[in-house]
Amino acid sequence: MMLLEMATGGFADRVAVGSRDDGLTFADLFGRAAATAERLRSVDAGHLVLADVSSEALPALLFGASWAGIPFVPLNYRLPDGELRTLAGRVSPALAVAQPGTTERLDGLDGIGVVDRGDLWQDLSATRTTENDWGFEGEDVAVLLFTSGTTGDPKAAVLRQRHLVSYILGSVDFGSAGEEEAALVSVPPYHVAGIAAILSNVFAGRRLLQLPTFEPGAWVDLVRAEGVTSAMVVPTMLARIVEHLDAEGPSSPGLPTLRALSYGGGRMPQPVIERALDLLPDTRFVNAYGLTETSSTVTLLGPDEHRAAVASDDPKVRRRIASVGRPLPGIEVSIRDEAGAETPDGEPGDIWLRGEQVSGEYREQGSRLTDEGWFPTNDGGWLDDEGFLFVTGRIDDVIVKGGQNISPGEIEEVLLRHPAVADTAAIGLPDREWGERIVVAVVVRGDVDISPDDLQDLVRHELRSNRTPDLVEFVDELPYNDTGKLLRRVLRERLAHLGDA
Amino acid sequence: MPELTPGSRWASQVCTTEVIIVRAPDGDVDLECGGSPVVAVGEGGPNGPPDAEAAGGSLLGKRYIDGDDTLELLCTKPGDGSLGAGGTLLDLKDAKPLPASD
Repeated sequence: MMLLEMATGGFADRVAVGSRDDGLTFADLFGRAAATAERLRSVDAGHLVLADVSSEALPALLFGASWAGIPFVPLNYRLPDGELRTLAGRVSPALAVAQPGTTERLDGLDGIGVVDRGDLWQDLSATRTTENDWGFEGEDVAVLLFTSGTTGDPKAAVLRQRHLVSYILGSVDFGSAGEEEAALVSVPPYHVAGIAAILSNVFAGRRLLQLPTFEPGAWVDLVRAEGVTSAMVVPTMLARIVEHLDAEGPSSPGLPTLRALSYGGGRMPQPVIERALDLLPDTRFVNAYGLTETSSTVTLLGPDEHRAAVASDDPKVRRRIASVGRPLPGIEVSIRDEAGAETPDGEPGDIWLRGEQVSGEYREQGSRLTDEGWFPTNDGGWLDDEGFLFVTGRIDDVIVKGGQNISPGEIEEVLLRHPAVADTAAIGLPDREWGERIVVAVVVRGDVDISPDDLQDLVRHELRSNRTPDLVEFVDELPYNDTGKLLRRVLRERLAHLGDA
Repeated sequence: MPELTPGSRWASQVCTTEVIIVRAPDGDVDLECGGSPVVAVGEGGPNGPPDAEAAGGSLLGKRYIDGDDTLELLCTKPGDGSLGAGGTLLDLKDAKPLPASD
């Protein structure tokens, strides 16, 4: 709320959300947030649950919950009814806001009132309140986000006001956006980047535009129609945008207004980012790495580092296109072994993070921070000699073959450098002799001729022979969830026949 | 005055300035605006003009630091008074721009 009040103080009449001609101004947004808080208090809501796509109401609901001092809990509206109801039931009592026409999905849950977003928005627009009685309590829970649960039950990550405010104050200059700037958000509200985008852009004074359901043609059209200057996408979205622009051919008008494009939330295939750099020569690319538990971004590969990497002849510099860059000010990165000791320079291990924005806390399980304040991410990675961080994948996904720990990311990074490899994933499948065997699933680009031997030789040559895939399986596509995370569990099930019983 | 804990919010007694503490040293700090001690937000409004030597004003969204770089605060509402600590005016902190990541 403090962030929104400052923005309203700085540029009340600027458009905050929506199109240039009829969007909500910062003053309008402040008023809607006040009306939301009044509504939440009147029903004694303990949480504000959202089961909805991005909409013009979303920022007001987020700030309104903060104003009322209660957690904002965006749920994945794509979940089946049963799972959605289970998650909502975990945060009762609550006021739940449903996508128009879907209130019945959450009806009848104990302690949960359901309101249709369209109806609520009409009420909020008609409410005039002059109250300005929000408080700032750093310990208040601002947002509860259920982690995507690619393994096991979803856990509710706790982000307190102090974590989010530290993130914003540490990474965004107040009012730094020009009046013509607009940011396009196409990640859903239940993704930490969707929340961070609202806070960052409000604090910067940048107009927010939303694309509730991502589709590359619609994204490109919106960038052109609204003169979008910055956007955040997950890797699978960028791959589809690149395809779309390529299909427009030489007469494509490009995206001349797009000054900055950031991506994150999963592994980026190198050919996609290289093609994107070619297609959008005037756009500044940023790769952001972060987790729900760290209030979004903790490391950045900046625009100049992108261009320097692709232009360099030095393999060490060139390789950094596959890194997630260096930490934000105020964030420390440490690579630890299984016993929690720092690994020697350049050796891979578990990525540990520390900083004011790092929460590392779950609602049911409590804080996962060490006594010294470090959050073990369970992401594997290593640092090069200038502090660039390379993320190799979840520690749980490590392949154990003959007692050796092999990171899938390491093999995938090598394979993705092959021009014929559009996408790939390495997994371990049961092997009677070795414990696990290395199986790589490969999506081939176009109709390039390529044999399993070529790929096995490539890995043997670039890495050690014990990293060489035992089997190469060509597939049409890899399984991803709707925010672009590779579902290795699903892939293991699909390819189970390639392992020993 | 109560301790300046990070996240605590303070208001000027002589102008409309409000600030939030980002970092503070241990121990007592006499935070001032317009030459008068600040008070907790909501405890008293603008009352009299700032001192002439502390009337340069505060700027919305800017960070201010002391000479030792142990105290840092963010101006959340601007005003006519200048921010100071223990009789010395605070400096405007240079912003290091980061590329937008979201």
